[in-house]
Amino acid sequence: MTTAQGTQSRASTRRDKTPDSHDFPTRSYDLVKEFTIALVVVIVLTGGLAAIFSSPDEKSITMSTWAKEAPNDLIATATSELAGTSTSATYGAPYNTASDGQKIGPLSLQKWGGVRIPVDSAGLVLGPLAGVSGDSTLTSALATWKSATADQQTKWATDYSDALSKAPDGDPAKVATGEYGPVPDISTGLLTLAKTGGLEGILTSSGNFYGGDQTQSLLLLSDGAYLEDQARARNLGGDQWGMMNETGNYPGQPWMWLYTFWYQIPPFSTSDNADAQVWGLMMLLTLLLMFVPFIPGLRSIPRFIPIHRLVWRNYYRRAARR
Amino acid sequence: MTTRTDSPAPGDTDEAGSWTARLRSRIVGLVPAGQALPDRQPVYLASWIYVFGVLTLSALAVVILSGGILAIGGAAWWHVSSLGLFVNSLHLWSVELFFGFMVIHLWGKFWMAAWRGGRAMTWITGMVLFLASIGTAFTGYLSQANFASQWISAEAKDGINSIGVGAFFNVLNPGQMLLWHVVLLPFGVGALTVIHVILVRRHGVVPPIDAADPSTDKEA
Repeated sequence: MTTAQGTQSRASTRRDKTPDSHDFPTRSYDLVKEFTIALVVVIVLTGGLAAIFSSPDEKSITMSTWAKEAPNDLIATATSELAGTSTSATYGAPYNTASDGQKIGPLSLQKWGGVRIPVDSAGLVLGPLAGVSGDSTLTSALATWKSATADQQTKWATDYSDALSKAPDGDPAKVATGEYGPVPDISTGLLTLAKTGGLEGILTSSGNFYGGDQTQSLLLLSDGAYLEDQARARNLGGDQWGMMNETGNYPGQPWMWLYTFWYQIPPFSTSDNADAQVWGLMMLLTLLLMFVPFIPGLRSIPRFIPIHRLVWRNYYRRAARR
Repeated sequence: MTTRTDSPAPGDTDEAGSWTARLRSRIVGLVPAGQALPDRQPVYLASWIYVFGVLTLSALAVVILSGGILAIGGAAWWHVSSLGLFVNSLHLWSVELFFGFMVIHLWGKFWMAAWRGGRAMTWITGMVLFLASIGTAFTGYLSQANFASQWISAEAKDGINSIGVGAFFNVLNPGQMLLWHVVLLPFGVGALTVIHVILVRRHGVVPPIDAADPSTDKEA
């Protein structure tokens, strides 16, 4: 059969000498039957796996759970937000300009992305508390905070944060005496609000009835140690192959094994720019695999490692007999 | 059924300038005559490895169907309904099978050097499909609204932000992630799948490495 396509394929064969597939002898092959059987097999397999193993659905952590299970961590996190020392406060783009963020060599891709999701870390604490009424201690503390200079605010919060880190178990009740201004009352106010269950709602809605963006509440939660502690307890840490794992005994995302692998070994496991470097490496590897047809040497690997001899063993056997 | 052939009026010879005629001829010419749904295949097509392409397509169909049922119930349905949980389980396991089949299909094609004979774009669209599928599954994990999505998003933000993409693709915003998961990425995966399959049918299944050219009967 000669077709336009056949002509086109033959033109390309002048380079790689691959014959036109349409010129080969054929045999009966029922594609629709093959697809139908495959679909039935997949449906049966999927149904069986779903019926036997179900799927994981561990409830999300609420701010209330955090406040009740790890109150000292929530207090420390609130204080670090006020001091400007939390992870999100010092993050850089896309939340703020506090740092240049990660780099791949000289390339500051993170910084170049720009601050498109501005987040004021102190606002994660002060914003929700601004709407609290009926708590005169908190009202007074917020007024004191607001009337102080930025330097004074930072000094209070930093000193209190340091004192908390030195206190046994980070317990605010055991903090050394010091000049912390309104910070202890403000952080305690956030703890109280979180216990009521209303904190994430305020952070998420930001005055909009239809809150659908959890950026602020997730940043606050991940600034604390509680979320990571819970994840590590489930073997989901970054150095525990966590990016491809799933809660419970489920396969998770095994197709991300190579991406996850780099985080387990040096230099990535010890690098401050690990995320950017791993992304850069994966982009390079992906491009290599994608454009393998055009890369001399790489495209010849299948020829040198003759796994194709297994695939086409019948064809080669017949060809050898001729 | 009766078939009618429209005959042009005398003097109407403008078919060459017709956009409709050009589009039709473009579509018809995408695949050689008889190759869109052939009932015969080259003799060398005889291995279990060939089944994994169609298994991938079948799993994708189950993924889309189970995802569609989940969409009918809404984002929170599967958290509160045992039927919803079962449908979510169908969705999860069909995704796992989909990736399993696709990876076997991909490596099978690699070892067959299936990009030969002008098939580079078939290989590239397959690779892009693999990447788009990873993105689709990833946004699904971010849209679960449970502990896993909290932790995955908290971790993923560092990776995405480190290359500047987080400024536009906010993994901490489940509303945005859900829309990517159910609209944009599935549309991309669907469109790429159609293109990939058309390319496969257009070029035919790649012949064995070093196969003799039947048209000239010479060793290639």
